[in-house]
Amino acid sequence: MSEIKTIAQTIDLSVGYSKAGKVLCLFEKLNLTLAAGELVCFMGPNGIGKSSLIRTLAGLQKPLDGNIHIPKEKAVALVLTDKITANHMSVYDLISYGRYPYLNWNISLSEKDHALINEAIALVHIEPLINKRLYELSDGQLQMAMIAKALTQDTTILFLDEPTSHLDLNNRVEIMNTLRELSRTAGKAILVATHELDLALQTADRIWLATHDKKIKEGIPEDLVLDGSFDQVFQFKGFDLKTGKVHHKAYRNISVNLSGEGHEYLWTKNALERAGYEIGKNSQIRIHIKTSGSSTSWSVTSESINQEYNSLAGLLYSLQSISK
Amino acid sequence: MSFIFLFLFVADVLTGSVSIPIREALSSLKGEPTIFSDILLQFRLPKAITCVLAGGALATGGLLMQTLFRNPLAGPDVLGLSSGASLMVAIVVFIGQSGKGPGLMLVNNPWSIAFSASIGSGLIFILIIAIAQYVRDNTSLLIIGLMVSAVTSSLVSVLQFIGRAEDLQTFMIWTLGNVGSTSWNELLVLFIVVFSGITIAYLSSKSLNSWLLGENYAQGLGIRLAQSRFWIVIGTGLLTGAVTAFCGPIAFVGLAVPHLVRLVVPSTNHKILIPSVICGGASLLLLCDLLTQLPGSTQILPLNAVTSLVGAPVVIWMIIKSKRIRV
Repeated sequence: MSEIKTIAQTIDLSVGYSKAGKVLCLFEKLNLTLAAGELVCFMGPNGIGKSSLIRTLAGLQKPLDGNIHIPKEKAVALVLTDKITANHMSVYDLISYGRYPYLNWNISLSEKDHALINEAIALVHIEPLINKRLYELSDGQLQMAMIAKALTQDTTILFLDEPTSHLDLNNRVEIMNTLRELSRTAGKAILVATHELDLALQTADRIWLATHDKKIKEGIPEDLVLDGSFDQVFQFKGFDLKTGKVHHKAYRNISVNLSGEGHEYLWTKNALERAGYEIGKNSQIRIHIKTSGSSTSWSVTSESINQEYNSLAGLLYSLQSISK
Repeated sequence: MSFIFLFLFVADVLTGSVSIPIREALSSLKGEPTIFSDILLQFRLPKAITCVLAGGALATGGLLMQTLFRNPLAGPDVLGLSSGASLMVAIVVFIGQSGKGPGLMLVNNPWSIAFSASIGSGLIFILIIAIAQYVRDNTSLLIIGLMVSAVTSSLVSVLQFIGRAEDLQTFMIWTLGNVGSTSWNELLVLFIVVFSGITIAYLSSKSLNSWLLGENYAQGLGIRLAQSRFWIVIGTGLLTGAVTAFCGPIAFVGLAVPHLVRLVVPSTNHKILIPSVICGGASLLLLCDLLTQLPGSTQILPLNAVTSLVGAPVVIWMIIKSKRIRV
């Protein structure tokens, strides 16, 4: 990105609900920006008001106060968490809804509309699905179809609310990668509300982090990790964000000496720590990882034992018998 | 489907307590006087056309309500219009008759029942539109509609309880539904109202399609929710109100036809669905009217008994066969 082109911004925006004189304020005086070609992940704990902010930015809900500057009408496309109940609709029909803002009451799709629909289908790679009915799709495929519908709207801005919840890891990665690619190739500003930290940290260009004082902190993922902002918001219990690992207690009070290289070293360390061993330098139990070609083996030497194992399960089992 | 429709229409015109041979029917239509002319032109044709208009109108009303509320159990009567009409008719029949003076005048007038049914559904209609402007979501509107029906129905029960036996009979006959007593003048009124309702429905195709995705997505696609809901309610009100006024509260057609049609027409586009349900509704009501005339008998069954007797098993069978019901 040679220059940053801001295409949407908020000025002193307050978000919330007011009913019968009672005001419930979720966010106060937000000054946020969205730029073309960037993928922003909007993070925060569940229930902090991510969906409400997205709805407000999209114009589905009135702000309590302040302004939202978005270029023109028809500039925003949405993927929400709402369930589609009309599940006998065909995928192609669903995607064609994206052209509705441009059509009159007669809703007849032109050649150009069909071209845009097919383009969107190609971008998210769901060509084999277009004649299926929605009830035949998996959750991940349905989400892809919803994204295609939003792309068909041909807008500069795309808001997605929890697009990866209820999906398995593979689908989550695929969706986030697709979004990242779209932001770069199509120059769209994409805002994704999510509470899935690992994916956001690895894909987002920038993070909006909802804090507990009704503000949103902006920054690139790594800065927010290092300055501890994430720890403050999420208040991790037993998870160390800076190493990206769950914290394990070395409850066995046994230290082992580990030598080896590469992925094998990392995963062996993971297995040992998870099982409650401490990795230390000065220990009588020594584990060495040998790799030759595609096979890996572990040799254990101590006072009482000198043996080789070809799985980590076997290794852990024998360590258990030593420690008794 | 239009072939089935034509067949049923012709069959409905030709059969009855007196069967009319097709050649005689054609010459009657050409204006040649035959012994069947009067039956054909004054009774059979208006009856068949009423079936078509009422069936088409109720089915369209049902489709609109099912789409607006995204609820497969919604029908044109969920807004409480039929119950409003029943209440007004009950008031006129029970109180008007026992009173003297203006009440008596009302009852002796052949238009009085149609008139009071229109007033009744019209009042409920205005009430529902006012509420629709106020409540924000469709589910609330649905529940309020059901509550309004509950209140009016219980008022009707009270009236029935205190009413005289002969009035009760007049009222019961009205509630059984009737397509056979419409004159050409009444048909013209019915046609104009039903035509307006269907035009409103067809012009709302875009917003109806959008409602299928839910309120948020519809709004995201640029649909003005309040405005579109207003027109859909107006359309349904016209369709249901007119039919109830002239034919009584015909049950079942509005609820069942959209489901039956959806099993045959695999579309979610209302530009296709609306003409399909009109055709389907007209066909179903023609079929039911055919069946009210027991073969080889002069006895005529009440229409409402037949619509449910025929329709309900068909819907159950269709659902079991396709293992799902959908909006």
